[in-house]
Amino acid sequence: MKTYVCIKYVPDTSEAEVKVNPDGITVDSSRFSFDINDADNYAVEESVLIKEAQGGEVTVISIGPKQSDVMIRMAMAKGCDQAVRIEDDRIAGHDPLMVAKVLAGTVRDKEFDLVLTGCMATDDWHMSTGVALAEELGVNHASMVNKVEILDGGRVRVNRELEGGLLEAVELELPAVLTIQTGINEPRYAPIRGIREAQKKELKVVKLEDIGIDPAEVGVEASQIVLEELSIPEVVSAAEFIEGEPDEKAEKLASILIKGGLL
Amino acid sequence: MGNVLVLAEHRQGTLRDISFEMLAVAPKLAADMGGEVMVLLIGSAMDEMAQKLAGYGVKVMVIDDPLFENFNAEKYQKVLSALIDDLKPAVLMTGHTAQGVDFMPALAVEKKLPLIAEALNLEYVDGTLKATRQLYSGKVNATVAFKPADTYLLTFREGAVEAPAPSSAGVVEKVDSPLKEDVPYRKFVEYIEAEVGDVDITQSDILVSVGRGLKEDKNLPLIEELAKAIKADIAGSRAATDAGWIPHDRQVGTSGKSVKPKLYIAMGISGAFQHIAGMKGAKTVVAINKDPEAPIFTVADYAIVDDMFKIVPKLTEKLKELKG
Repeated sequence: MKTYVCIKYVPDTSEAEVKVNPDGITVDSSRFSFDINDADNYAVEESVLIKEAQGGEVTVISIGPKQSDVMIRMAMAKGCDQAVRIEDDRIAGHDPLMVAKVLAGTVRDKEFDLVLTGCMATDDWHMSTGVALAEELGVNHASMVNKVEILDGGRVRVNRELEGGLLEAVELELPAVLTIQTGINEPRYAPIRGIREAQKKELKVVKLEDIGIDPAEVGVEASQIVLEELSIPEVVSAAEFIEGEPDEKAEKLASILIKGGLL
Repeated sequence: MGNVLVLAEHRQGTLRDISFEMLAVAPKLAADMGGEVMVLLIGSAMDEMAQKLAGYGVKVMVIDDPLFENFNAEKYQKVLSALIDDLKPAVLMTGHTAQGVDFMPALAVEKKLPLIAEALNLEYVDGTLKATRQLYSGKVNATVAFKPADTYLLTFREGAVEAPAPSSAGVVEKVDSPLKEDVPYRKFVEYIEAEVGDVDITQSDILVSVGRGLKEDKNLPLIEELAKAIKADIAGSRAATDAGWIPHDRQVGTSGKSVKPKLYIAMGISGAFQHIAGMKGAKTVVAINKDPEAPIFTVADYAIVDDMFKIVPKLTEKLKELKG
């Protein structure tokens, strides 16, 4: 089984305040810590599980800066075999269709059975790249996958996560792109030995031309959508904000709950 | 003609809410663009659903064929590809759902058309169609504009707007399926219903719900003690269930359960849209989060901006004392 897994280096904004830069179309990420996108982390684990069960190899693909090598090495420490990082500032990163074209450039003309991506990036929330990538490559796909079962005869059965906890089982002919949903597995910690070995694995850094992509076809000019403005939505809250030192806040809340008959 | 083609969504014999919600925005968009709304319904034995949609004063085009008994991305892409050529709609819109996200990006690539995903507001200004969408768990709004194209593809966020009330009777028109035979590469196998756990959180009176802020499962006893003190059940956000801290059947949100307790205490939950959609039926909401800009505060009745670990022990202690 030859698998590619596409991963993205994203800022962790789960408990951080986000500010827009003066250019109006980027956010100030200087204070954020970056790591692998949540769903991509599960995709890496799934690719390694498939390799362990079926044999074969896993290649990591990522578009990103030099700093993201740490993330890529970590994926290799967990069992991925090699990696390609595309470092090029001419890519229209706001448009998943452009990103999919770039990713396709690294896989096209190569033999593969599966391409895994996370089903959503926690920064831009499109849920589009993997499915667009499948079309670029001219192969089948299933999105929001939370179970993968390789069948005989070059087919795969997957469960797709629908709304409200309902799942849908579908069968696909390989090769295929699967966009992986969080929670599909339990991502492992990289073993110490793996971390050492990862340093020796190949991490190729390429530009668009190296993967046969014309920069004019994936840049902001080529994109058919324009990111015009970012803004911070006003948090309009009718809530009563309980103030004070932590202990005071806790005590006030307790008495509100009791006196208000909320319990 | 600036017609807006709305692909309705249904599953297991029922139209999904998003199908009606899109009818809250499509008519104005179509009017602004100088066209009309056409609702497309693809399925098998669709008469009843078609009539229901037509009751919103729109033209409903129905492709009714046993081939479409269940959703299949490969089939939908083929049908919509042919219909875009035939009908030349200015806009093709469907839900940003497990169904919509499964074929719209591929359709966009195939037809070389632009796609904006998860729009929650649309406006047509001076000949440009613009969408508002959100980034970073709803902490940032983005205005994205389409460059001129023959058809604009859009997926619309579930629950972003209220569905309108039914209005006048519209028209139902049967359309021949452009797909004449089954597709070879992808097969629908079956639906698998959600697992049932020991506690049904949709029936709980009080829920203590935790998110990513819990950090690790060794912090769970703290929450369990609070829950026990106030006879609450414990639930969690997607982050908490993915991490294995909370069982999957206790996940609150669009991909989990919709809950309606009398009291919902959200701790370390930022309140992404998908989570809020699952708990906005709660009568009273208490939110504790470190980030003053956390979207969860928009639906809270009582709010504490602080580290949950600095609040919970004292809160539990005080509650025990007051309850005697």
